[in-house]
Amino acid sequence: MTLKITGTGKGIPQKSVSNDELSKFLDTSDEWITTRTGIKSRHICTHETLTDLCAEAAMQAIGKAGISTCEVDLIICSTIAGDFRTPSLACCVAERIGASCPAFDINAACTGFIYSLEVASSLLASGKYGSILIICAEKMSAHLDWTQRDTCVLFGDGASACVVANGNALRYLNIRATPDVSMLYAANGVGNSPYDTTGARKGYVKMRGQDVFRFAVNAAETEISGAMAALGITAEQIDTIILHQANKRIIEATIAKLGQPKERFPMNIDRYGNISSVSIPLMLHDMLECGMIKRGETLFMAAFGAGLTAGSCVMVWE
Amino acid sequence: MLETITKALRDYKDDQELAVTEQTTFEELELDSLDVVELAMKLEEELSVTIEMSDDIKSVGDLLRVLQAA
Repeated sequence: MTLKITGTGKGIPQKSVSNDELSKFLDTSDEWITTRTGIKSRHICTHETLTDLCAEAAMQAIGKAGISTCEVDLIICSTIAGDFRTPSLACCVAERIGASCPAFDINAACTGFIYSLEVASSLLASGKYGSILIICAEKMSAHLDWTQRDTCVLFGDGASACVVANGNALRYLNIRATPDVSMLYAANGVGNSPYDTTGARKGYVKMRGQDVFRFAVNAAETEISGAMAALGITAEQIDTIILHQANKRIIEATIAKLGQPKERFPMNIDRYGNISSVSIPLMLHDMLECGMIKRGETLFMAAFGAGLTAGSCVMVWE
Repeated sequence: MLETITKALRDYKDDQELAVTEQTTFEELELDSLDVVELAMKLEEELSVTIEMSDDIKSVGDLLRVLQAA
């Protein structure tokens, strides 16, 4: 494995929507949402496109990496749906920031950042690429039924980016899938084909909440155990454990199962909600900006999501 | 089996005096759907079974019947 993160960035919509604001048109309350999710507010796109958010995150990450746009050799976007069905969101961003390198999207739902690292680390190892820009971006507000309090309160919009290059920070990387579509999905639209007989479902996010909770807690525990076994380390040797920010209750249940101090599990779900694959690199960026991650510290990151996909990585920060 | 659920509930609520019968609903115990699945996960681990979650599990008796069928 040859990878290190050399720069990070984020692009967040201006509008922050509080639980109280949602309770004006939903049968819900701040107390109901906070107790069940840990979410107090989330950012929602109004005038911003995903390309706008991605470009902002990308330019920050490129600047922090100390390179110019023309030195980016490849752009990978993790998203469940870009601004267009085609071209890819990665190509939209490339055009916006003036890059002319290859660009493509991947979709591994909330695990997209970890999957992107797997792809990037392999391509860096090939020697063909020197600097790869990974952008995770979701406009979850476009995939929600805003009359359903069980789902629409959970998600937010945003983008986060990082530049990766050859280095020794990445010590462990694992991705996997346990296919089960019905537990968590958002169907595509079907157009108006007169030949379609699938009776396809509407394109809103649907989930079996209890099953997702159980899958997520078990996946997080399995990923941590797997990483520790592979590296021959104990939980005490991991300085920071960044879990996908899907629900505070999932993180708290994982903490209880592992019996580790909660201070080692940073959370930002209170102000961002669940932004799918954006959440881990967003946390990384915010922590770096606050000086909360220092050289030599060991970070564990794990994600789980629709697919069902899961994955994790360990980095010793360079 | 009821004793096992009662013990798990008392541990979960951190209340060893908690009164539990088959008729007790999770709502009465102020447990939401995620509390119920967390409780089920603890029972799964303890009893080495898999519990099929459903919206119909509203009382201790409902959970007991699902466990007995597992």
